[in-house]
Amino acid sequence: MISLRQVTKVFDGGAGAVHSLAGVDLEVGAHEFVAVIGRSGCGKSTLLRLIAGLLAPTEGRITVAGEPVTKPRRDVSFMFQRPALLPWRSVLSNVLLPVEIFGLDRREGRDRARLLLDLVGLGGFEERLPHELSGGMQQRVSLCRSLIQSPEVMLMDEPFSALDAMTRTELSEELQRVQMELPRTVVFVTHSIEEAVVLADRIVVLSPRPGRVHRVVDVTAPRPRALGRADLDQVSRDLRVLLSEVTG
Amino acid sequence: MTVVLPVVGLLAIIGLWWLATIVFGIESFLVPSPVDVVSSFVELPGYLLEQSLVTLWETVLGFLLSIVVGVPLALMIVGSKVLERMFYPLLVALNAVPKVAIAPVFVVWFGFGIESKVLLIVLVCVFPVVISTASGMKSTPHELVELLRSLDATRRQEFFKLRFLYALPQVFVGLKVAISLAVIGAVIAEFIGARAGLGYVISQSGASADTSLAFAAMSLLAVMSIMLFYGLAYIERRALPWAEEHRGMT
Ligand SMILES: Nc1ncnc2c1ncn2[C@@H]1O[C@H](COP(=O)(O)OP(=O)(O)OP(=O)(O)O)[C@@H](O)[C@H]1O
Ligand SMILES: [Mg+2]
Repeated sequence: MISLRQVTKVFDGGAGAVHSLAGVDLEVGAHEFVAVIGRSGCGKSTLLRLIAGLLAPTEGRITVAGEPVTKPRRDVSFMFQRPALLPWRSVLSNVLLPVEIFGLDRREGRDRARLLLDLVGLGGFEERLPHELSGGMQQRVSLCRSLIQSPEVMLMDEPFSALDAMTRTELSEELQRVQMELPRTVVFVTHSIEEAVVLADRIVVLSPRPGRVHRVVDVTAPRPRALGRADLDQVSRDLRVLLSEVTG
Repeated sequence: MTVVLPVVGLLAIIGLWWLATIVFGIESFLVPSPVDVVSSFVELPGYLLEQSLVTLWETVLGFLLSIVVGVPLALMIVGSKVLERMFYPLLVALNAVPKVAIAPVFVVWFGFGIESKVLLIVLVCVFPVVISTASGMKSTPHELVELLRSLDATRRQEFFKLRFLYALPQVFVGLKVAISLAVIGAVIAEFIGARAGLGYVISQSGASADTSLAFAAMSLLAVMSIMLFYGLAYIERRALPWAEEHRGMT
């Protein structure tokens, strides 16, 4: 579904060039859930922005669904660290933003938006404004906005990192449930080993400066997963070792 | 409660003023007592209201015109680095010119009628409108811009669905400054050369040492300023119910 070949990204900053990614190779299959983990500044967000077509690679080739990425695609959704809701729009109309921008049928979009909001437990909050919701609820709205695109690919950049630990666990369980019901191809950036282990089929560990693929770890434990299982703990320990290697 | 406290404050000040004029035995042509002021209003209610309406009309017209001129100007400046470099310093310089100095020139150019008043008001108001609109247009959070980019939105959509709406609370900050300045601008213009308006009343009463009348006119100006300001604040609250809470959040 997604393929990166020898992808390099160099930013020409004011204080000299920043090598963000160097020679990254990555294949993500259809409906596969890949987590990307690594130190702050190792190029995780850059990687997602490249796949999303928000940035162009300095070198290398990126394809999604077999086509080279030249600009953002409608079947690729992007979810940010913060909810990024428009403060003047109600919950429902925030979810409908992609429908409006794409010029799709609003009536049908509205029905689907309600279904999605129900799916994440936000039924009854359709007419609220974002500031009336908790951080966790806002991020759920943002998830619905991603889902209404019916994306083939979901790119998620630390979507839960601004939330408290409990809400975080809750949301990653919810995402797991959504993924089991409506499987998508997902690339999920996170700082949290636990989150990666619970959610991902494969975990990519990046090494910093410039960002390279250090190791890829498969997680084969059956779903639904919850933390505290012995096999997941083993993977977590392995990852911790790998991460300490790339920081050293 | 929101109404009671300001009213109590106002009454206290008026009470003190009254007391002072009595205790110190101040002559009413120097500082008239509240009673003198009220009675000079009661003597000429029709005349004073008529003059108030003249000033109000000039103020509103000048204010609206400064929005019509200022907002597009701000959008141009924000939209183009070249235009910003070309016109921004000019705008700053224009704003630095003392408006009192320009007012007589405007009278020479545009006469004693309403035109010279409205244009001076525009000159006074346009700067805060431009600055606040421009800074509002630049305040769009990066992540929201990136969200629209990730949806492959057109520039037009990015403008109308995001940047412009996001700028509105900032625009209102400028408008609230502008509306107060507009009243001042109207009075300055009427001082310099006019045949009507509260500023004209004040300058005439000064010439005839009718201080009570001047105070009555000033009180009406104050009432007008307050009404315009809170009227605008009311419109803002109705139009942008999200703004206050949102600002509190970020
Ligand atoms: N637009 C840009 N211009 C210049 N340099 C950039 C830009 N975006 C990212 N970088 C640089 O590229 C490197 C990787 O940044 P990136 O945001 O991808 O890291 P990250 O892994 O997402 O970090 P974090 O975990 O803190 O989010 C950093 O050194 C950063 O300074
Ligand atoms: Mg990042």
